[in-house]
Amino acid sequence: MGVTSKVLGGVAAAAISAALTVPALAQGTIKVGVLHSLSGTMAISETTLKDTILMMVEDQNRKGGLLGKKLEAVVVDPASNWPLFAEKARELVQKEKVAVVFGCWTSVSRKSVLPVFEELNSLLFYPVQYEGEESSRNVFYTGAAPNQQAIPAVEYLMSKEGGEVKRWVLAGTDYVYPRTTNKILEAFLKAKGVSADDIMINYTPFGHSDWQTIVADIKKFASAGKKTAVVSTVNGDANVPFYKELANAGIKASDIPVVAFSVGEEELAGIDTKNLVGHLAAWNYFQSVKNPTNDAFIKQWQTFIKNPKRVTNDPMEAHYIGFKMWVQAVQQAGSTDVDAVRQAMYGQKVKAPGGFTSVMNTNHHLSKPVYIGEIRPDGQFNVVWKTKGPVKADAWSKYIPESAKLTADWSYPWVCGNCEKPKFAAN
Amino acid sequence: MNPLKRFVLSGLIWLLPATGLAQDLAALLAGLADADPKPAIEALLKSDDAKSKAALTALAEGRLFKRLADGAVVSAEKDGPMYVVTNAASGEIEDMAKEEELEPIGLDDDAKALLAHLGTAPADRKEAPLDFAGAVNALNAESFSEKAKAIERLTQLGDGRAVPVLQALADGRLFTRRGDGALVIGDRAGNDLRLTAATTLERGDVVKPGAIEPVVINNNLRNVVREAVGRLGLVSPDAAARRNAADALIGAATPEAVTLLREAAAKEKDRAARAAMMLAIAASDLNGADKALRLAALDVLSASTDLRVRSLLQARLAAETDPEIKVALDKAFAGVQRKLMVIGVAENLFQGVSLGSVLLLAAIGLAITFGVMGVINMAHGEMIMLGAYTTFVVQELFRAWMPPSWFDYYLLYAIPAGFAAAGLAGIALERSVIRFLYGRPLETLLATWGISLVLQQLVRTLFGAPNKEVANPAWMTGGFELTGGFLVVYNRLYIVVFCFIVLAAIAVILRHTTFGLNMRAVTQNRDMASAMGIRAGRVDMLTFGLGSGVAGMAGVALSQIGNVSPNLGQIYIVDSFMVVVFGGVGNLFGTLIGAMTLGVANKLLEPFAGAVLGKIAVLVAIILFIQKRPRGLFALKGRAVEA
Repeated sequence: MGVTSKVLGGVAAAAISAALTVPALAQGTIKVGVLHSLSGTMAISETTLKDTILMMVEDQNRKGGLLGKKLEAVVVDPASNWPLFAEKARELVQKEKVAVVFGCWTSVSRKSVLPVFEELNSLLFYPVQYEGEESSRNVFYTGAAPNQQAIPAVEYLMSKEGGEVKRWVLAGTDYVYPRTTNKILEAFLKAKGVSADDIMINYTPFGHSDWQTIVADIKKFASAGKKTAVVSTVNGDANVPFYKELANAGIKASDIPVVAFSVGEEELAGIDTKNLVGHLAAWNYFQSVKNPTNDAFIKQWQTFIKNPKRVTNDPMEAHYIGFKMWVQAVQQAGSTDVDAVRQAMYGQKVKAPGGFTSVMNTNHHLSKPVYIGEIRPDGQFNVVWKTKGPVKADAWSKYIPESAKLTADWSYPWVCGNCEKPKFAAN
Repeated sequence: MNPLKRFVLSGLIWLLPATGLAQDLAALLAGLADADPKPAIEALLKSDDAKSKAALTALAEGRLFKRLADGAVVSAEKDGPMYVVTNAASGEIEDMAKEEELEPIGLDDDAKALLAHLGTAPADRKEAPLDFAGAVNALNAESFSEKAKAIERLTQLGDGRAVPVLQALADGRLFTRRGDGALVIGDRAGNDLRLTAATTLERGDVVKPGAIEPVVINNNLRNVVREAVGRLGLVSPDAAARRNAADALIGAATPEAVTLLREAAAKEKDRAARAAMMLAIAASDLNGADKALRLAALDVLSASTDLRVRSLLQARLAAETDPEIKVALDKAFAGVQRKLMVIGVAENLFQGVSLGSVLLLAAIGLAITFGVMGVINMAHGEMIMLGAYTTFVVQELFRAWMPPSWFDYYLLYAIPAGFAAAGLAGIALERSVIRFLYGRPLETLLATWGISLVLQQLVRTLFGAPNKEVANPAWMTGGFELTGGFLVVYNRLYIVVFCFIVLAAIAVILRHTTFGLNMRAVTQNRDMASAMGIRAGRVDMLTFGLGSGVAGMAGVALSQIGNVSPNLGQIYIVDSFMVVVFGGVGNLFGTLIGAMTLGVANKLLEPFAGAVLGKIAVLVAIILFIQKRPRGLFALKGRAVEA
């Protein structure tokens, strides 16, 4: 009896793990860790990214795997719980012995797993636009740094084409990403001659649902005789009630444009956008960008997820780029050894769905183009402005005096993520 | 592909004239990098096509480079530390390059002399004929500046048909049809789009969204459109349209528009339309040169409470130099400010009541399950979520099966559906789990918490993790302006009304029905009620179902102002408990007063303290209050409470 139940239990456990992972040979596989929340508040955004990596793994296996072995995705659920992220990261690296991890969304989860990856010398690919001010040798940042998203967006609004905005509302959710981004933006605006009176900064709690007062305040702030725009770093679930309130208060994009850094196609899929036409978002990728790579990417995604209505978005594209670069780097290094792969990553190029070729720089960030898009009635974006070519990410903002001095460069002679002087003296 | 096929294909490609041209251009461009570039420059000068001209201009301006990697001639522009490299023949952006990867193409004096011919005779641009269809088609221009010109020309025609076309352009409803490139207006009909030809305004067929491509504009152009629509609307036969047109021109009128406004105001009979016109004229006169006119304008403006007027006055006040006008301006501005402040307080109160009604809606169901039955129901929020998802399902059913004209009323059907779905879920929950846990509050708390997680994950599996879109019907969108800047938003207003209807209905059920009587009997003394022949178990089940159903209806209403996501319930659960505990457990009236007090207090604090601090302050106040009055605002009295 005891033996039977043990055997049965073993069979059940195997069945469960088979359901979670891509079936593969027991031996000769390369494991790829996926560390995205599948339950809790962040599941809303991160589930899609888990599916993106599964799609990429499946695609790679169809092409014959990597180094003659099949890839195997190991999916864990950190459940939107920041300390659990660190535990699950340790489990992936130590127990599952994965070659690489793709994961995290919020900056707080990244900060939580950072010590684990540095201690165990493993690799994390982080796909979300973030506040910068970081460069770890164990993390490749495939999302945008502030100079690839926030600063160009504000510059666009200052330009003649963007409406020559003179007054700014910086509205954000109260946590590290909006606070750091707004700090950089405030310094940038002041450097451009905007006076403190013309900047209004507002923070709201996570999941804030009653925006009446703030929207009314924005309206009042905007009626001071100067063109006003809202720069929104409002994150997650709070966006829907915010946009609904804007629409109901009759704030048109031509009066007070709102440019958002955390609202993409996936978020708009949950909002009725017909009254939001003309509000803006800044990203490195939009689904509506036309090029063959993107057409193929969208088709691959909709086929994989078996739903022709599903949208693609910027963090998904970042995972696409990151995964392809990792595969190329492993092929170049001829091994999945972390140090060899890291060296092979520098200068790795991938033709990105966002158009152009993205390059991995020695500061562990990408060069990517910046697009400003306007919301369309169907929840997609029209690109109204773009940079002429890819922009190189600054890990450290040049607008914050204490970070302007720092350099992130993991190649010789710097070999450092936050130094004022190279580690090795030039001789 | 076998070699023969490839041969034939490449032969075909060579035969295509356009490709041939591009090949020539590429060859000529390559010649520019030769030791003697003159023949290539001469050949390019002879060529008439725009791309050769562009290449020569780039050469003259020093933007042409030789790429060292492959020796190709490319156009490059500095962008930060790198160069953006453009294919000189096709004009497409290719990649980025470092400075040392490019070698500038130098010019000797002869070549410079040749290039001096360039740019003397700009090509004549042909303007499309000025008929309506032609002017509409011009809207699909390449650049934003050309689109602006096209809008201006369309407006100058003075044709009323231009209004819907321009409005569609501003709203992103103007498309080009794939295939023939015709301009069409697309309106949503279910999951498809109904097309109207933009040039004739005739109804066309219904197509899938993929068959059309939007005409892109930006916010600057939207302002141009608004001004244009304003000018066209002034001559409309409909008084409301004239008023809206004049209203759109306040602070945005161009000199031509002011002339039109004066003509229209002289003829205007409708009072509201005339007032709007006078205001728009005054707003423009204020920045004029005539002092008497400006003072008169100030008189008109000081009576207004429009936020745009305040903004105009403030901007003028900062720039004004004439002392006499400055005094008048000061007075007018102070007057407007004072009126706006009073309105601001009223607005705040309305927002407070509105937030209160949302809290009340979320809490009524809990007031029954927790307040009346004493079940600490942590899955209450998930009942709200079920109601919201039911709304989504009903909406999708209407989109798929019902005629589009019915779509606006889907919400009315969603209310009973939401009640039924959440009510049945509540009954199932009570029968399967809660009835075994009566009198054991700790276990109930843990069990319902677990159930709430199960329900969340269930919905996530069924509907997917991302938010679902629930559209506001037209009658719930927007609002009306009570007076200057005090906007009463329809969906908030309807929610206030709806929440009072629900509250009244529940009060009636509790007081005036047999079921209500049984319910009160069971909660006051279960044994005695059983002895009197009331089936206590059945009453428990129905009461719990009623509370859950009401939560479901709340979900239908809340889907109109917030997210529909698996986490929806968690946003409201804490607030709901706060309201019920603060108002007094087991007391509907207390719940009402509790919700309204919290709503108004939150909204009055928010302007001073900010959203985060305001919320903290309210929480601290409640904790202190509960210390003083542990049973809440309106505590039940009598023996029943002690049982």
